Amino acid sequence: MNEKVLMKGNEAFAEAAIRSGCRYYFGYPITPQNEITEYMSRELPKHGGSFVQAESEIAAINMAYGGAAAGGKVLISSSSPGIALMQEGFSFLCSTEIPLVILSVSRGGPGVGTIQPGQADYYQSTRGGGNGDYHLFVFAPSSIQEAVDMMARAFEIAEEYRNPVMIYVDGVLGQMMEPVILPKPIPAISGDEISKLRPWAMTGTGGKREHNVIKSLYLKPEELEARILDMDQKYQKAKNELVLCKTEGLKEAEIVFVAYGSTARITEEAIELLAEEGIKAGLIRPVSLWPFPYDVFDQIPDTVNAVISVELSMGQMIDDVKIGCRGRFPVSLSGRVGGILITPPEIAADARKALGVRA
Amino acid sequence: MTAVFQYTKGMLPEETTYCPGCTHGIAHRLIMEVLDEKGLLGQTIGVAPIGCSILAHHYMNVDMCESAHGRAPAIATGIRRVQKDKIIFTYQGDGDLASIGTGEIVQAAHRGEKFTTFFINNAIYGMTGGQMAPTSLIGQRTTTSAEGRDKDSAGMPIRMAELIATLDGAVFVERVSVDSPANIRKAKKAVQNAIEVQEKRLGFGFVEILSTCPTNWGLNPVKSLEWLRENMIPYYPLGTLKHPGEVK
Ligand SMILES: Cc1ncc(C[n+]2csc(CCOP(=O)(O)OP(=O)(O)O)c2C)c(N)n1
Ligand code: SF4
Repeated sequence: MNEKVLMKGNEAFAEAAIRSGCRYYFGYPITPQNEITEYMSRELPKHGGSFVQAESEIAAINMAYGGAAAGGKVLISSSSPGIALMQEGFSFLCSTEIPLVILSVSRGGPGVGTIQPGQADYYQSTRGGGNGDYHLFVFAPSSIQEAVDMMARAFEIAEEYRNPVMIYVDGVLGQMMEPVILPKPIPAISGDEISKLRPWAMTGTGGKREHNVIKSLYLKPEELEARILDMDQKYQKAKNELVLCKTEGLKEAEIVFVAYGSTARITEEAIELLAEEGIKAGLIRPVSLWPFPYDVFDQIPDTVNAVISVELSMGQMIDDVKIGCRGRFPVSLSGRVGGILITPPEIAADARKALGVRA
Repeated sequence: MTAVFQYTKGMLPEETTYCPGCTHGIAHRLIMEVLDEKGLLGQTIGVAPIGCSILAHHYMNVDMCESAHGRAPAIATGIRRVQKDKIIFTYQGDGDLASIGTGEIVQAAHRGEKFTTFFINNAIYGMTGGQMAPTSLIGQRTTTSAEGRDKDSAGMPIRMAELIATLDGAVFVERVSVDSPANIRKAKKAVQNAIEVQEKRLGFGFVEILSTCPTNWGLNPVKSLEWLRENMIPYYPLGTLKHPGEVK
């Protein structure tokens, strides 16, 4: 069996990426994810890979595009304002169908905001700020172990769908330490293997095939429309295949929380507090944020009185929660912003309020 | 009979979208000719810019990708890490390289990236319809400097080759022009040298190619060549600014 080690989240994510066969990383320092950049700078050269400290996040994402378009297995990471700058590239990578894994370790915004954790990048992650009809596949693990396990899968999905995949965590998961079982390393691909496994990549024609062109320009509207419809087939397939969600105690619940990432763990404690008072609360924890698990909300029994979206934001996921609820339940928000973590008693208080119960 | 001129294998038999008299085509051909003569076409990867030459990959018979406006040097940096034994180049206009992408080109040169940048300076934004570029000359009329470029509000035209030459990572820097057969021959020599510098992995190579934009300059092709000679060359002097011999 693999050994359990105590590791800081960011370092565990980076190590998991290397063990997933990633050999290229391009980054620009931003807190609270600097340990990833530092770890990659130390470790990748030992594995025959490369690290470049880019001059900006715009350059970093474009280096990643070049590296991945040339057939490399690439990871990039950043935090809120940095991810904002990378969005030009996300649109490009989606349109040119280049696989990439993005680690977003979010902090409090808007603007420079704070280096403390936040979840106000839900729209940024799931709606994007790049141009055009594109989607990132977004996963939000709630423990270091879950994130580590997701890393290899993220590379697989990126490869299979030829689309960037984002692992979206907040600063809590990046900065905390937890015991974690690291995955077994898988071999990296290099040299001729790249052209065999990724025949679309820019590896040089070798005079043996027609030239490969990686492009997103379609001047003829009909061609572009056909292209976008093509991409959409992939996104529809993802909606069938990539939805991930965990639920707890929905059947007996009188109130249901929806929470993702580290907030879901805080919510679980609030559920215990409420249970002590005889209030039965259930939890929906979306693990894939895009595609969002709308169908899971159909499992909420009609007897439930209220649904609460718990977020470290002014309410962003709450839009998706409302879509999932289809007007069947009143939906409200429980959250803190500014880099402040919500506490279990605060969540419990919001639940009582929604139920019209006095403490 | 010996053929004195024929198709170069690097250029695909496509009709280009360039306007009559535009010298983008000459620059394309020079690069592809050199790669063909050196037998490097199969080992070359190119990055096309945003600008009139966005479709360069349509004409050049090597693996290529498109880039976001100005980002080609960052993309080439990423390619270099994965494809260590290939010849890599970017092909960029002046809006692309000297405006939105100054950060990327300066930093790639500063890192001493082992690829070659071909910088097509036509002193104007061609693709978007003739707006002022950072390289537009003082007094040059463009759609965003209708009275002529004014130094007080727009600054002096930026000399990219000189700027790049100040960076230690750039080991080969030359400015050439494609306005006359003699200059075209010199331009080809510069391309050859730049590729050789890359083959030896000596550092970053930069070839600035003065080029025409008859359409947006509002001049016919012949007058455009004259305008380039009379106005651009005096401000953008031709010649080698740096070659590896100078670098310890
Ligand atoms: C982010 C972004 N901003 C602006 C544009 C619009 N744009 C397309 S080409 C171009 C200028 C290109 O000029 P230059 O690089 O000089 O090349 P030329 O067309 O003259 O060959 C601009 C501004 C764009 N495509 N993307
Ligand atoms: S607009 Fe200018 S640069 Fe563009 S193709 Fe026409 S002449 Fe050439």
